[in-house]
Amino acid sequence: MARKILLEHLNVPGIETLEVFRKMGGYQAVEKVLKTMSPDDVTEEVKKSGLRGRGGAGFPAGMKWSFIDKKSEKPRYLVCNADESEPGTFKDRYLMEKIPHSLIEGMIVSSYALGAKTSYIYIRGEYFYVLRILEKAIAEAYEAGFLGKNILGTDYSLDLHVQIGAGAYICGEETALLESLEGKRGNPRMKPPFPAISGLYASPTVVNNVETIAAVPHIVNMTGDEYAKIGVGRSTGTKLISASGHINKPGVYEIEMGLPVEEFIYSDEYCGGIKNGKRLKALIAGGSSVPILPEHLITKTANGDARLMTYESLSDGGFVSGTMLGSGGFIVMDETTCIVRNTWTLARFYHHESCGQCSPCREGTGWMEKVLHRIENGHGKMSDVDLLVDIAKKIEGNTICPLGDAAAWPIASAIRHFREEFEYHVKYPEKVKDPKHFFYAPFVSEKMNASIA
Amino acid sequence: MAKVTIDGLEMEVPDGTSILNAARMVGGDIVPPAMCYYSKLKGSGGKCRTCLVKVSQGSAKDPRPMPKLVPSCSTTVQDGMVVENITSLDVLEARKGVVEFLLINHPLDCPVCDQAGECDLQNLGYKHGLAKTRYEEERRTFEKADIGDNIKLHMNRCILCYRCTYVADQLTDCRSHGVINRGDHAEISTYISKAIDNDFSGNMIDVCPVGALTDKTFRFSSRVWFTKPMDAHRDCKKCSGKVVLWEKGNEVLRVTGRKDKYGELEEFICNECRFEKKNTSDWVIEGPRHIDKHSVISQNHYELLNNIKVDIVKYQKQVAERVNKG
Repeated sequence: MARKILLEHLNVPGIETLEVFRKMGGYQAVEKVLKTMSPDDVTEEVKKSGLRGRGGAGFPAGMKWSFIDKKSEKPRYLVCNADESEPGTFKDRYLMEKIPHSLIEGMIVSSYALGAKTSYIYIRGEYFYVLRILEKAIAEAYEAGFLGKNILGTDYSLDLHVQIGAGAYICGEETALLESLEGKRGNPRMKPPFPAISGLYASPTVVNNVETIAAVPHIVNMTGDEYAKIGVGRSTGTKLISASGHINKPGVYEIEMGLPVEEFIYSDEYCGGIKNGKRLKALIAGGSSVPILPEHLITKTANGDARLMTYESLSDGGFVSGTMLGSGGFIVMDETTCIVRNTWTLARFYHHESCGQCSPCREGTGWMEKVLHRIENGHGKMSDVDLLVDIAKKIEGNTICPLGDAAAWPIASAIRHFREEFEYHVKYPEKVKDPKHFFYAPFVSEKMNASIA
Repeated sequence: MAKVTIDGLEMEVPDGTSILNAARMVGGDIVPPAMCYYSKLKGSGGKCRTCLVKVSQGSAKDPRPMPKLVPSCSTTVQDGMVVENITSLDVLEARKGVVEFLLINHPLDCPVCDQAGECDLQNLGYKHGLAKTRYEEERRTFEKADIGDNIKLHMNRCILCYRCTYVADQLTDCRSHGVINRGDHAEISTYISKAIDNDFSGNMIDVCPVGALTDKTFRFSSRVWFTKPMDAHRDCKKCSGKVVLWEKGNEVLRVTGRKDKYGELEEFICNECRFEKKNTSDWVIEGPRHIDKHSVISQNHYELLNNIKVDIVKYQKQVAERVNKG
């Protein structure tokens, strides 16, 4: 059994209550930190642990904390990004739903490290029932004296609020989240200034993912050096992976960084192999916005090394033959999947969720969706495939926030790796009329057949 | 002061200047086009992405290039920064892309649009756009909305530069319109169906880079290039009273603020001057307004005509003198 940190006590009955959570060692970190450590010590531990942001970008958390403007006289804020809306990602929901106190403990420890007196959890609008769970847990924590004035008799006070979003994917982008938290339209802000200098209410702010914050108490408890020993290289610790798609055992798994992708897919401990004994076709490794991988690049990198579940190994080969760990939304697709249809679905999502602030994303996402719709339904032209590549190229990197990139990458990579399938849709429009076109007879590469014959 | 090189031209500009403004200090071809940035409106810029430039050297201290193209309107210069605008193929390619994006859902109804002839998008399209569209789908349309007696909102033409919302925020006491919905369905709207009515709302028309907001009192009266722009002023209690009258014969068809060569108003004017003073007798006329020679408006040579006006009184005097002598 691999080591579990975040989900260690998942199956303990009543873990969502403060009482049981404390029995399992909860809130020890709060005591340790408030009574024996200075805020800078905590930041230092997190730096040592090598903990990287679990929300998608993988930016070292300790470094992010050290950027916070300490000279400013304005209050500092910690905001937890619980606006988990990436298709294929559901780890934060699981964690907050099952062990809400782990997040609250993390918020207290992290807020102390940053010197924040008020902290916010910005939760996705669709997670309304999780909001109730969190509010209940926060009330318990207030009652037990872990939140509020003079926590545990020290002179540190903290107020924790949960704010619910209204269901926009873009509000998961940190600056859009802050705008929304301030009560404005959730449009991403221009960077710089970064939130660490001017974030919430123009004050120094740190925005971290749920999983990142929940990992902090464990780092404090086991020390940063100890945490850094788990994992491989610069990818330290454990990661929650939301596995979905054509696998036998979909769900949230906590893995140690460095687990081979092959083992994760086929081992009975994790995904348990492909459903119905079908052949693996493609993988989206880190939530819908990362590049898709074709079969031959999933378990091995382009150099022939085994691909591991780490930030580095998954992005090995750049965008040509690699992908990203992202937020850990692990979507497995078997041979019955139509890549064009899948790409169209994603394009539709990004079209729907673009905020409309900057032109490439506003116009480009809609355009790509329409072209993909055309191809998928057998009305496409050969030139449409190149058109898509060109549109994606013109969106990528030219937008205010990463949503433009997130919309462009899956499409560009799908065409890069599965171009023949797109061309098949154009060549044989009558064969793709049925929406389940590859369900009964999986797509077979004509080039491959030709070379065998 | 920061030393910055744009397209090989070295210049020294005050710290905190944006790349765009640094380029504007020099002027000429190196100035990136801007559809949403407006120097007089705080917070504007960064949205249209037409002013993207490449920073090939971040600063003297940190000479690394910036990884992505940056919006020149909201990126401040650093000492020793090297910027490539029209000398970089990446920038021109990206700009071409942005112009294409702006145009795919634009109705291209220039023949019936009052803005034609003084439209920033038209100029941008001629300079960077393709002759043919690659967009085959139906263009996006919005339902018509009435936002009052003076201003016509034509949402199909809008490029969502947000300038008009900044005008309402920063010039008027109450903003009654904003952007609703998201993505490519985002639209400028008064929620729900209110009229925009206050003393300075007319400036929304002047800041609009396209024909989305036009003057209802001027609607369909004339193409702008058949009118002659005249600088004029009057005593106005609310504003500076310095305007441009767009005349046809002796009729004042339209009153606007005075725009500089980047299409920005020199001074904002009030609605009274703009919509109500439509007689030549209301104004003191200073002379013809100089419009850039590349503009279609200059093609009717109103300035030249004005110069060769014969001074009859002077001639009469000369003749009379000659007769008296004779």
